[in-house]
Amino acid sequence: MKKKRLFGRTALFILTAVFAILFLLPTVATIADSFMSQNEINATYGKIFASTSGYVSGTVRLKLIPDKVTFSQYITVLFRSPEYLIKFWNSVILVVPIVLGQLAVASIAAYGFTRWRGRVSNVIFFAYVILMLMPYQVTLVPNYLVSGWMGLLDTRWAIIFPGVFAPFSVFLLTKFMRRIPSATIEAARMDGATEWQVFTKIALPQCRSALYSIAILAFIDYWNMVEQPIILLPDATKQPLSVYLSSIRADEIGIAFAVAVIYMIPGLLIFLKGEEYLVEGITYSGSVKE
Amino acid sequence: MRTPWSKLNNRLRDLFGALAFLGPSVLGVLVFFVVPFGVVVYYSLIRGPLDHSFVGLENYISVWNNAAFRIASKNTATFTGVAVPLAVVISLILALVLECRIPLKSQFRTFFLSPMMVPVASIILIWQVLFHQSGVVNELAKIVGKQGVDWLNSDQCQVVIIVLFLWKNIGYFMVLFMAALNNIPQTLVEVASVEGASPARIFFSIKLRYLSPTVLFVTILSIINSFKVFREIYLLTGNYPYEGLYMMQHFMNNMFLALDNQRLSAAAVILALVMVVLIALLFAIENWFGKDVEG
Repeated sequence: MKKKRLFGRTALFILTAVFAILFLLPTVATIADSFMSQNEINATYGKIFASTSGYVSGTVRLKLIPDKVTFSQYITVLFRSPEYLIKFWNSVILVVPIVLGQLAVASIAAYGFTRWRGRVSNVIFFAYVILMLMPYQVTLVPNYLVSGWMGLLDTRWAIIFPGVFAPFSVFLLTKFMRRIPSATIEAARMDGATEWQVFTKIALPQCRSALYSIAILAFIDYWNMVEQPIILLPDATKQPLSVYLSSIRADEIGIAFAVAVIYMIPGLLIFLKGEEYLVEGITYSGSVKE
Repeated sequence: MRTPWSKLNNRLRDLFGALAFLGPSVLGVLVFFVVPFGVVVYYSLIRGPLDHSFVGLENYISVWNNAAFRIASKNTATFTGVAVPLAVVISLILALVLECRIPLKSQFRTFFLSPMMVPVASIILIWQVLFHQSGVVNELAKIVGKQGVDWLNSDQCQVVIIVLFLWKNIGYFMVLFMAALNNIPQTLVEVASVEGASPARIFFSIKLRYLSPTVLFVTILSIINSFKVFREIYLLTGNYPYEGLYMMQHFMNNMFLALDNQRLSAAAVILALVMVVLIALLFAIENWFGKDVEG
């Protein structure tokens, strides 16, 4: 009986491990291949990216260990093709204001929704939930119209403003803040603290980890954006790297892997540093129901 | 001392406080989402940018009869219909496996969660290597003696996107399920097991009931995310994919390009209505299913 259970557990473990390796494969392969030389990439994947120069291998295999490790792709990207760094910078100056602005607006609003829970504010909160559940295909149309009226189309603000007021962070932070015992807040108010003091000195510090997790979730979402730039920022010179990566030409496929890895780095760093916060953020997002 | 005057004073203070804190966010949401959505509804009911006469449901009918809209709806519905249940089931199974005291649990969690942090744009190269006509998957199929398919340009095209969707989303959902599994009262499970209930019975009669709010949430989240799959398709195939990958967002993009505000608006309203109905339906099902579980 015991032996049978041990066998079952081992089988389960091996299955999970195989599945996990499959999950890691795309990321690991991209990183590994970024250290291959242009020639080696042509030889290995030439058939797929339709490059015509040099030797092309007859069958395609996923190569996880380059024949010769070289940084040449990175050197090309960093020192010889400024356009990628410009796109990277475009991503940064779109995402950073959105994440910071969203945190500021959302934390103030979350305190509002925590402190005043009347019928009106509950209705508003419900409207936020509905809005949060709408796909881009619905919200992009109003965003596009307002940006047009305000003359923001084709400027970064057309993406930043709707991003700053996105309701998801408000929803999540409110759920966090409502967990703070109301006695703490009442006590501070009895001691004569103003509303703003209660917010900055009591509510915010208790939500520090929530703020990190929300920042991470917002970052991932916007670092990945494709829909918004295509519609609201058609000017290719201002578009983020997430859109541009798809238009790398076949003869530049060598550096594409290096660019892809450079684009992954901020996310991966945040993940390695803040996985606990990410998990916490996901966990608290847990239920739409009250 | 509660004089009427101080009561009024308190109420005023509350009102101003609420306005001050909720104001910025509510104002932003009104300006960028709600008011323009009202205009979207208005646009969907008029003839055109010059002739503002009311035409009733004409734009809706025109969108509904549009062949591209039909294809986009069909493809989006197919994708959502297949990818969402798969995502829910696989992530639940993974969570159950990781929660049954498997070694290296936290490492596995990291591995499964990592795709979430990797920008889609970064892995499309590998995806092309895998699913190209002469790519890795077809090479493997050859070994088993199967004919390869041109994945992105055949009726199998959605498979590529579904795999990518699952890869990207399962970690997030798994973490949600793991948290929910930890919240199930352990005593209940123990009692049932002492009374001789089989693991399957425990799962369906106890665990699944406690998990039902999370199942609902994961389903909704994954429906929302399934509408974002345009991203992956755009990055893999550009603006003009194989017909089976023509999604709702492609249709919207074309309306944007054509500056056809009337049909664009009608499509947005239809989509919003479908989402509201879908979500209401899911809530109703969950309410009925989890009705006698408190907490």
